[in-house]
Order: sequence, then C-alpha cells, then structure tokens
Amino acid sequence: MSASDRIGGRISDARRAVEERTEGFSRWQVDLLLVFGFLLASYVLFVLFGLALGLSLNGIVSTLRRVTYFAAVYAILTLALNLHWGYTGLFNIGVAGFMAVGVYAMAILTAPVDGSPAGLGLPLPVGIVGGMAAAALVGLVAALPALRLRADYFAIVTLGLSEIIRLSVLSGSLREFEVAGLELGTGGGSGISFTATNSVIPWLLDLPVLSALGDALFAVGAAVGIQSSVIQSALYTLVLLACVIALYVLLARIAYSPFGRVLKAIREDELAARSLGKHTKTTKITVFMLGCALMGLGGILWQGGRGFVTPDSFLPILTFYVFVALIIGGAGSNAGSIVGGIVFAAALWEGPPFVRRIVDANLSVRSPPTIYDAVVAADPLALLGYAVGNLDQIRFMLVGVVLILLMLWRPDGVLGHRKEIAAATDLSRRPRTTATAADGGREESDE
Amino acid sequence: MSIVDSRRLGATLSPERLFGGLLLLVFVALFVDLLRRLVVGELAIGTFTTFLWNGIVDGLIIGLAAIGLSMTYSILRFANFSHGDLVTTGAFSGWTAAYLVGGVGIAELSSRLLLRADGGAAPGDMNMQILAEPIAIVVGLLTAAVVTVLVALSIDKLIYRRMRQAGGIALLIASVGVALALRYLIAFVYTSSTRGVTATAPQYEASWIVWTDSVNLHQATMVLSALALMLGVHLMLQYTKLGTAMRAMADNRDLALITGIPTERVVWATWVIGAGLAGVAGYLVVLDRGVITYNLGWFLLLLIFAAVILGGIGSIYGAIVGGLVIGLATNVSLVWIPSDLNEVAAFGLMIAVLIFRPQGLFGGVETA
Repeated sequence: MSASDRIGGRISDARRAVEERTEGFSRWQVDLLLVFGFLLASYVLFVLFGLALGLSLNGIVSTLRRVTYFAAVYAILTLALNLHWGYTGLFNIGVAGFMAVGVYAMAILTAPVDGSPAGLGLPLPVGIVGGMAAAALVGLVAALPALRLRADYFAIVTLGLSEIIRLSVLSGSLREFEVAGLELGTGGGSGISFTATNSVIPWLLDLPVLSALGDALFAVGAAVGIQSSVIQSALYTLVLLACVIALYVLLARIAYSPFGRVLKAIREDELAARSLGKHTKTTKITVFMLGCALMGLGGILWQGGRGFVTPDSFLPILTFYVFVALIIGGAGSNAGSIVGGIVFAAALWEGPPFVRRIVDANLSVRSPPTIYDAVVAADPLALLGYAVGNLDQIRFMLVGVVLILLMLWRPDGVLGHRKEIAAATDLSRRPRTTATAADGGREESDE
Repeated sequence: MSIVDSRRLGATLSPERLFGGLLLLVFVALFVDLLRRLVVGELAIGTFTTFLWNGIVDGLIIGLAAIGLSMTYSILRFANFSHGDLVTTGAFSGWTAAYLVGGVGIAELSSRLLLRADGGAAPGDMNMQILAEPIAIVVGLLTAAVVTVLVALSIDKLIYRRMRQAGGIALLIASVGVALALRYLIAFVYTSSTRGVTATAPQYEASWIVWTDSVNLHQATMVLSALALMLGVHLMLQYTKLGTAMRAMADNRDLALITGIPTERVVWATWVIGAGLAGVAGYLVVLDRGVITYNLGWFLLLLIFAAVILGGIGSIYGAIVGGLVIGLATNVSLVWIPSDLNEVAAFGLMIAVLIFRPQGLFGGVETA
C-alpha cells in the first residue's frame, strides 16, 4: 500500500468517525458544525500566534478580523466558482477577470465626476448592482461562444478572456476616454479611486437604533483597549459575513431546486440531460452569468473596501487561489466552499507571514542576500533566515504543492461531490441488517 | 423542402456561422485597410516589414514551445499548465551554464552560479553575445534542453505517472500546482528580480536582405535554431519508428496499446522531446530579449496555448502555424492598435477562431 493510499485511507477513516458521531444530525447541521469548527480552529491558531508574538488584545482582535475578512471574501468567490464548476461542471479559470469587470464597472459608476479619471458619481448601491450586472453581461458574451467548446478549450478561453480584461484596464489607451460627451476612464496602470464599499459602516451607524448600538460598542472597545478603527473594520467584516450567509442560503436553495437538479445532471452527463428535454444550453448560460455576477460581487466586496483599485489586483494567479480553496473544501458542496475559503485564508494566506514574524521576533537572524551566501555560510540559521526572508516565494510553492497533493490524494476535498438525494424519502438510509444482502453483506456507506 | 434540407439551412444560418462570417468581413476590411495605408504612405514599408520580421521571430519561438504542449496534449491527454514554467526552467538553467562557462576568470562564481542574483557579473563585462562567446552560448543551449528534460521527467515520475488514469481536468489542476511550485522554486533560488543577461546583439549588415539592411544576429540564431529543430521534429515524426508510435498513440491510445506499442516509452519520449523544445525556446527567448525573469514562461504560456488551439490541439504542424499566426498577430496588429493591447489582439484572435472553427485550423484529425 502506497503512502498516498494510506493517507487517503486515514482521512476517510477520520471522516467516517465524524459521520458516525454525527449520526443523529441532519446534513446541514453537520455542515454548520464543520464550518464553525474550522473557523474556531483557525481562530485558536491565530490567538496562539498572537500570544507568541506578545500582541495586545487590540492586535489579536485585529488579526482575527483580518483572517475573517479574507476567509469571507474567499468563501464568496469559492461559492461562485462552485456554482460553475462544482455544480455545473463548467471549468472557468477566468475568475480574476470577472472580478475585475465587477470592480471596474462599479469604480467607473461611483468615481467622482471631477476625479482623475472621472466617473459618473452615482451612489454606491447603483455601483454594486451595476458592477454585478456588468460581470454577468461579460459572462454572457463569453458563454455564447465558449460553451460550445470542450472543457479544456473552455478553460483556456476563460483564462484568455481574463487576461484580455486585465490588459485592457492596464492599457494606457483606455486610461481616459469619452463616451457620448462623458469623460470616463479606467486609470490605466495608476488605478482608479471610487466610493469605498466600507462607507456603508458610517451610514449604518447613523441609523436610529444602530447608532446607539454602535456607540455602546465603541465604549466597550475603548474600555478594553480596542481601537475604534479596528471596530469599524470588524463591522465591515460582519457585513461580508452576512453576504456569505445570504449567498449560502441562495445557492443552497438553487442546488435543491429543479434548476439545481438540471445543473447536476449537466455535470454528470449533459447528453442525457438534453435527451430528457432539458434546455441545457440556456441553463448553462444562465448559471454562468449568475456565477460571474457573484464573482463580480466578490471582487467588489474585496477590493471595494480600499476605495482604490489597480489592474495588478487581478493577476491570473488569483483565480488559482480560488481554485485551491474550492478543491480544499471539495467541489460540489457549498459548505465545503466556505470551509475551503477559511482554510485557504488561514493556513495558506495569513498563516505564513505570522510564521515569519514569530521567527523574526525570536531568532535574530539576518537574511543573506542570496541562497549562495546562505549555503556557503554553512549555518542552518542562515538558510532559515534566507527561507524566512523569501517566505512569499515559499508560500506560493506551498499553494502549488497543496494543489498537487490534493489532486493525488484527495481530489474530492473535505466535502466534495456528495451524492444528492433526489427521492422524496432517503433511500440510502436502509436498516443496517444487510447481512444476507446479495452484495455479500458489505456495509452500505452514506457517501 | 424536406425536413433534412430545412435543418441544414438552419444550421448554415446559425448565429455562430453569422458571427464567423462577420469576423471574416472584419479581416478582409483590415487587409484592405493595410493595403490602403501602404499605398497612401500612411504606413512606411520599412515599418511594416519590421513588424512582419518581428512577427516571424516571435512566432517561431512560440511555435517551438507549442510543439511540446501540443504533444503532451495529444499523447498524455491534458492541458499542461506547467509547460510555461518548463520554458522558464530552460531559460534559467541554460543561461546559468552559459555564465559558468563564459565567465571563467571574469566574474565571481556566486554571481555566475545564480545568474546575477547578487547584481554582479554585468553582461557587458561578460561580453555575452554570440560572436564573442559562441561556445558558452551553445553550451547554454544544450544545458537548457538537458536540464528541462530531466526536470520534466522527474515531475512525470513523481506526479503525472500516478495520475495516468485520472481525467484531463484532474491532471490540468495538478499541472497548475506543478507550475506554481516550479515557478516559485526558481524565484526562491534565483530571486524574483528581472535582470539583463546578454550583451548588445551584434548586427550583420548586408544590402541583399530585402526587408531591412541589418539583421540582429541573436534573432538570426534564434530563427535558424527554431527552424532546424522544427525540421528535426518533422523528420522524427514521419520517418522513425518512435514517430509512428507517437502518432498512433495520439490518434487512438487504446488501439496503440493492443497493437503492442510500449506506451510508457512513448510517454517518456513525449516528455523528452516536448520539454527539450520548451527549454530551448526559453533559452532563445532570453537570447532575443536580453532580460530574464522568473515569470517569463508563465506570461508566454497563454500565447503558446493560443497557438496550440489555433492550430488545432494535437497537430504539431498546426502548433507551428498557430505560433506564426499568433506571433504575426501580436506584431502586425500594431498597425492599428497601441502596443500595450497587442496581446489582447492575439487572445481575441484565438477566441474568434474558436468560434469560427472550434477544432482549430489543422484540427479534426488528432494525429501529429
């Protein structure tokens, strides 16, 4: 038995143990437990990191806020990608491009009229809806030709499209242009400023009941030493979490609707679905547009908080981060997508910089300028110093290695590709006395 | 009118066909506009021939790298996203070897070994150009091929071999992981800074060259090496037993298996040829551009994919022609659009061709 089988087997054993212990719960309860379990585990990890670094309460709260923020934005993007790939089998690797369309459309709609580059100066809600609509529209334009192609061709076309979008917004020729007498622009490489999405927090805090709650919160924060800026960002993160929950509910509703069953049918066997009279083409276009709009929303919530965006935020590698998150969680599961977002944000995104800070604080090693100097020094500490100094590269390598190991050992992720129950009664739950069954009495598994 | 006839009429008038027709009209209009500009003198003939020449130079390199991608696509049946980083591997390993050989007694070992990661060994001091250091540059070329092949074979042994039975998409995702790991391993060792590694290319001046009066000798080396290697691949595929086996396996894997073709050996040969060409292409790109950076191959990868798809996946000749089309599209499009949008034109062309002819220009038969 190879090492891969052994590890795969061990993961299955652990999973089976968890399933046995959660026998009495329904699936969504188990999912909820898993999501909160992973969130709690990452919080514990970062509290330990914070204590190891000797951070104040303010610092620890700020760290947890950051982790939650990235977990939330990755969860939103992963949920959207799961709709494409996990449910419908559309291998879209242009996530970064659709995010860029959403953010840039919102930026152009909400940027001040006298800004540089100028925008339309519209209110934020119009910008957000407009950004999502623009992403959906670009999704439609992409879907019409691309959906006729084989899966791998489709992948490359979507990647090509996302690069077309990034290079276009980067281009100097679209920096400023005029449409029907209106001065507009993308700002080219120097980016564009617009109404920040986290300006909803001051607006919310001005509402009658919420303002009193906010004042109380700030007072408590001041009493225990948490800065009001940290609380403000934490409130915006709460808004993101609300979006994740809303999106989860929406996608779960879709997954169990007749429309969702068509999606799964397309994933499993498109020809069969078509021969049963389903309009697979319209379904695919609709779901593709919906997913793209959600990717646009993810981009808006992520980049929008800064009130400023450049094309560099949409490099193709971003798409692969979302893919890693999806594969960790398991394609085809909405709860898995959220778990994947949490694990990616905590372990692969926010974790490594903390390791660097802890090493920096505890070991006084100077990072040698090149790996040659580190090796020639024949000092393990010098090598460690070089590794820590180049932690960004190691982090990217780690993402790649995790992707490879997942594909080798656990392509279904933590919660991937679960069988969906289509019958009115749960046929998979048979009485466990199957000793005389024709299959030799092998125990039925729920998966 | 019978049902079949009306259906056929419906098929010919489908939106895709309509779109394809429109696209063809756009190309004709662009061509007419090009002629007009040349006749009116809005575009100097010299500028246009320079665009064409640069297009051919870029196209041959893209085509050279695309051969390997097309081969792995048709024989191993997956879109290998780590192919671009094999190109980078060739560039770094080859130039390291060239610096090790060419810089003896001139620069310090540390600067040569890490290809100027510490900023030492300036290319001017090394005089790294084809006439001054021919041996170093040829040694670099060979090393690029050998090291890239070794890297590709070890990756296959470690990862892809365990996934032979997995689907194309699973392999594609694994190859993305390989691409990330390989690219940032290179960045970790060689640092992520972009640096110049070649000295100014010598020029060959002659009046008999039609399109210009002087040729950049680094570009000429590149064109000649690429053409020679392409010819070699052609001869290998058509006239050797291995070539026949490869074509058979690309065409029908199961049939190849039952007729006793040693498929693992064909896979091995695919990696050797494909990775070798990718490594050489990376080395030659740096010879032409003069600068090296760790994401060189990644940014070339989409153009390489565009070439493979344009030519039709699985067709070696399609990959070469696709490479030339992409190279020419990125350069000739400069007649109409600003230079920071030329890659947009290439990707746009790829998507357009897929709409018009989803199987690619040479597609239909998935035989090398």
